[in-house]
Amino acid sequence: MREQLMADLRAMWRIRAFEEKTQALCGSGDVRGSVHLCIGQEAGPVGAAEAFTDGDALFATYRGHGWAIARGVPLEPLFGELLGRASGVNGGRGGSAYLSAPEYGFLGENSIVGAGTPMAVGAALAGRHDGSSRLAAVVFGEGAMNQGAVHEAMNFAAMMALPVLFICENNRWSELTLTRDMVRNPSLTDRPKALGIPAIRIDGNDPATVRETILDFAEAAREDGGPAFVELTTQRLVGHYVGDAQQYRTREELAEDRRQEPIARAAAALAEAGVAAAEIDAVRAAAWAEVEQAAAAALAASPADVSTVREHVYA
Amino acid sequence: MPEGTITVNYSGAVNAALWRCLAELPETLLYGEDVAKPGGVHGVTRGLWKEFGDRVFDTPISESAILGSAVGAAMMGRRPIVEIMWADFFLVALDQMVNQAANIRYVSGGRLTAPLVVRTQQGNSLGACAQHSQNLEAFFCHTPGLRVAMPSTPQDAYDIMVSAVHCDDPVVVIDNRTLYFGEKQEIVTDRPPAAIGGSHVRRTGPGATMVTWGAITHRVIEAADRLAANGTPVTVIETPWLNPFDTDAVLESVAKTGGRLAVVHEANTTAGFGAEVVVRAAEAGVLRQPPVRIGVPDTRIPAAPELAAALIPGTERIAAEVAGLVATG
Repeated sequence: MREQLMADLRAMWRIRAFEEKTQALCGSGDVRGSVHLCIGQEAGPVGAAEAFTDGDALFATYRGHGWAIARGVPLEPLFGELLGRASGVNGGRGGSAYLSAPEYGFLGENSIVGAGTPMAVGAALAGRHDGSSRLAAVVFGEGAMNQGAVHEAMNFAAMMALPVLFICENNRWSELTLTRDMVRNPSLTDRPKALGIPAIRIDGNDPATVRETILDFAEAAREDGGPAFVELTTQRLVGHYVGDAQQYRTREELAEDRRQEPIARAAAALAEAGVAAAEIDAVRAAAWAEVEQAAAAALAASPADVSTVREHVYA
Repeated sequence: MPEGTITVNYSGAVNAALWRCLAELPETLLYGEDVAKPGGVHGVTRGLWKEFGDRVFDTPISESAILGSAVGAAMMGRRPIVEIMWADFFLVALDQMVNQAANIRYVSGGRLTAPLVVRTQQGNSLGACAQHSQNLEAFFCHTPGLRVAMPSTPQDAYDIMVSAVHCDDPVVVIDNRTLYFGEKQEIVTDRPPAAIGGSHVRRTGPGATMVTWGAITHRVIEAADRLAANGTPVTVIETPWLNPFDTDAVLESVAKTGGRLAVVHEANTTAGFGAEVVVRAAEAGVLRQPPVRIGVPDTRIPAAPELAAALIPGTERIAAEVAGLVATG
């Protein structure tokens, strides 16, 4: 448990440090445009990552840096993408909110809420016909549960018994509005269940719980060929976007969120298990060292290549 | 019947093209509302399910899921052919075409592609309501990343479908349901898939160049025949591919017909694709007379056939307007 939790802490700190560095690069004006950070939500991607194998397809949202990192996308080209560099994963065409790295099974973020869900269904459908039986996973926020495309995609996957994991990160906020104020039935898992999809709500701040659950569901999806729905309860410790003043949130709420957030919890659990404070701090320091190096390299890289800006519109 | 030909109506031509693509390309899938067991609401996909099994299937009435899953499957190497039963229904799921399919290749720098074909049909037919009568090709022409075709003959319906399925871009192929059960014609079915694009000269004459596409092409040809009978033959260029559009053929013809250009489409005129054709001619400096744009006026489409007929350009109106253009000297 201790070894695993240390590994999880390392993986979560890589994401956290990447996001905090990104926030700083927004402040300095190096990263331009809309940026949505997943600070506080790191346990989801870190816990889920083990369930995916090479041929699998993962679709995420604009709050997707953590999922890209968890899927193995190197930090430097991710920074490069945010910074609009030629070395970015999409050469500067995607940006923070719409980047992809298909070589890593990361089929992309999406800046249209819920739009990745039917695409993931298609990736699983392709797997049925290309012999791969790939698992497709799609991550979306709980606010996306009120999008028609999500409902359509879930029913389509259920009807066809396709191996699709619907991973709903519930950070309670539909952008700037409380999700519980936008629904009458607060149980989001009732919706997939009504469509015949097994669904569960779990502690999304505990990477071990996420890992166990997603592995189980992934295995079941691969074997039985049916979709599953996992709701991860979590929180974002920052605004919906960088620059969001969050006047809609109370100090008390944020204080409680800081107690629940996965890195603080993992550090506390490790301390309780007898891990020295220095060892825990070293994890943070190592993540920051890696992130600073990657960011520096990305900053030093050439800007996106204007001479190619009209290429790849068509085959 | 000569080898490599079949005699079919438009609907049969589409069916034959789909059959060929499903048989020749194992990566193709065909799905949509009612396309498999029922064979399509217009019968176009009849029999394909029996032949090709689970590669042809019926879906829920879920346009976002149909188009979105096609995008996802195409990204992973399939060539989905999906049907949107009425072009009007596209509007509930345009996100997947405009925000998703059209962006895949560009944003990934070509490392991801979305080679899918969306079949749909559009336009007015007797008594069709305002939500089953629109002509929406301009929406797709205004979306970089998509290809758009509107055939009007069985041969083109066949050839364009085969080319579209082989094309590595997302392609929207728009039929007009009034064409499905037209007369049977002998069509050639054994040619290799052609590259997308191109146009047809349907009539020749020095009076003017008429550019048109889709079902209204037949009215344009009738109008041209009427003008020819009156001693003023004109050229008719049918451009079944709107993207890529055969601009060169149009410009060359306009230059040869006294710089006189008329564009005719069933869509309403404002921001219709005809406006784009006129501008391309203007930019090229080939116009010598004010161009004529013939389409539905900017109204909604009423259901009663008498009302609709008062809006949709008929042979007489087309002939009269083009006769006026020819008379400009």
